[in-house]
Amino acid sequence: MRNAPQHYFSETVKELKPSGIRKFFDLAASIEDVISLGVGEPDFVTPWSIREAAILSLEEGFTSYTANPGLLELRQEITKYLKNRFDVQYSPIDQVIVTVGASLALDIAFRAILNPGDEVLIVEPAFVSYSPLVAMAGGNPVPIATTADNGFKLTPEHIENAVTPKTKAILICSPNNPTGTCLNKKEMAEIAHAIEKHDLILVSDEVYAELTYDEDYTSFAAIDGMYERTILINGFSKGFAMTGWRLGFLAAPKAFVEQMVKIFQYTTMCAPHMLQHGAIEALRNTSDEVENMRKSYRRRRNYVVQALNSIGLDCHTPGGAFYVFPSIKKTGLTSEQFAEELLLKEKVAVVPGTAFGESGEGYVRCSYATSMEQLQEAIKRMTRFMESLEIRDIQKEKLYSNQ
Amino acid sequence: MKLTNEELEVLSILEENHRVSVETMAAMVNTTVENTMEIIKKLESDKIIVSYPALIDWSKVEGKENIVAMIEVKVTPKRGVGFDEVAERIYRFPEVTSLYLMSGAYDLSLTIEGKSMTEIATFVSEKLSTIENVISTTTHFMLKKYKHDGVVFGGSKDTDRRMVVSP
Ligand SMILES: Cc1ncc(COP(=O)(O)O)c(C=O)c1O
Repeated sequence: MRNAPQHYFSETVKELKPSGIRKFFDLAASIEDVISLGVGEPDFVTPWSIREAAILSLEEGFTSYTANPGLLELRQEITKYLKNRFDVQYSPIDQVIVTVGASLALDIAFRAILNPGDEVLIVEPAFVSYSPLVAMAGGNPVPIATTADNGFKLTPEHIENAVTPKTKAILICSPNNPTGTCLNKKEMAEIAHAIEKHDLILVSDEVYAELTYDEDYTSFAAIDGMYERTILINGFSKGFAMTGWRLGFLAAPKAFVEQMVKIFQYTTMCAPHMLQHGAIEALRNTSDEVENMRKSYRRRRNYVVQALNSIGLDCHTPGGAFYVFPSIKKTGLTSEQFAEELLLKEKVAVVPGTAFGESGEGYVRCSYATSMEQLQEAIKRMTRFMESLEIRDIQKEKLYSNQ
Repeated sequence: MKLTNEELEVLSILEENHRVSVETMAAMVNTTVENTMEIIKKLESDKIIVSYPALIDWSKVEGKENIVAMIEVKVTPKRGVGFDEVAERIYRFPEVTSLYLMSGAYDLSLTIEGKSMTEIATFVSEKLSTIENVISTTTHFMLKKYKHDGVVFGGSKDTDRRMVVSP
């Protein structure tokens, strides 16, 4: 068959770049016995009682549509959870939508707020979907590059420098994928001032909220002045080890939800019914298991940060999520070269930092959502790899002396 | 006994895998190697860490298959010493691998391991039943071990079903 002519396709879609992760995935998948630090999801299987609740709901025949924004019972649990855990109050009736993953929540958020040409500030390094989602909704993603010297933290100055009359919204992800950076309450308050000053909408991606290790988590919606302008995005994937369930949710002021629910209604109708029963169980009865997973990640984080630093891959100690983002600048390699050579020589998969935006150059993302045995073996291999690179000392200095 | 967070962390790590090196453990807890060694020493001397056994599935090893029985024992407690003295007489037998005082229909629950049915029968009839104060015993033979001390035996293999690289 003849190739389909290019004019068949949407200009926006044609211009989207394939995900840098995807590209690397194909290479990694073609090699056997790889130890993967490239995985962006929990290594735990969903706690049994959650799985059991979903099985039971299938047995009982809950196979119909639910209300568009989700089962009321689940929305009630979500609002209770948001109140108890983060002290933010939403009404289950008209302020919450249960979505198909946080991914879809982000999608409908942008589609609801953006007009063609509106700019959205995206804090980079950033989750791979953000820019394409903004672009597909007709907006212009504007990256804000954060740097390692202050732990990849966003500051009000960053916003001041990036804002234009066209800026409509800002997307913040804390704890961040890929850096693990977690903003504290004070830093959030300062950022909030800048957001308010420029009358921006805040899309707050809080999917890693359950996975913070050093300080209590503060939701952006709980910061003074933010509630009215925040679309809070969260989900079950990370904290409850439910990535394959495709369940997320968003909460926002009523007027936002009114618009968003229309998009959701016309595109998706509702999230899968039986799985919503699993989510109810997750919120009601699994805090001990979530806590145990968190503790396990914390131990592994401590180990990985120390081990990477000791082999010359400098990294800050991230406060949340399950990623570390060490600098590989010393090696004189680009992050793609580093990831590729490490994979080919030692069969360890990490994701090149450039998959998360240009500011990710010089870094790689390593996920520690993998067993301690695997992590120890990965470190052993990475040590060997780093030693094999020693010859490039001079090259390193040349390459990075001006940074 | 109230433990510090660091002590609790060390216990969780050891419970999961006691072969982790002290260096690794120190990194996981985010403390020094010296401090970790001290914590372990203290937990051992306080008898919070009781021992470091390897959990072995002998049923898989040819010639080593053990027969395990759980025995319910009713006893008349002795004045003054209660159940403890009887219990001590029973747990001294090396074939007894665990012994608990129970509430309910019987008093002591013990697990014994032997090479053969006869060996277990001999233990029950000659050693256990003849102990003063033992009124009756009920022996249950274990047919298959599915899970022991939180560890699943020979269950489906834990495979990582995730993609090698994902968002
Ligand atoms: C920052 C961030 N947001 C959203 C998502 C998507 O989550 P979900 O599985 O709920 O769609 C991910 C998944 O990797 C993520 O890292």
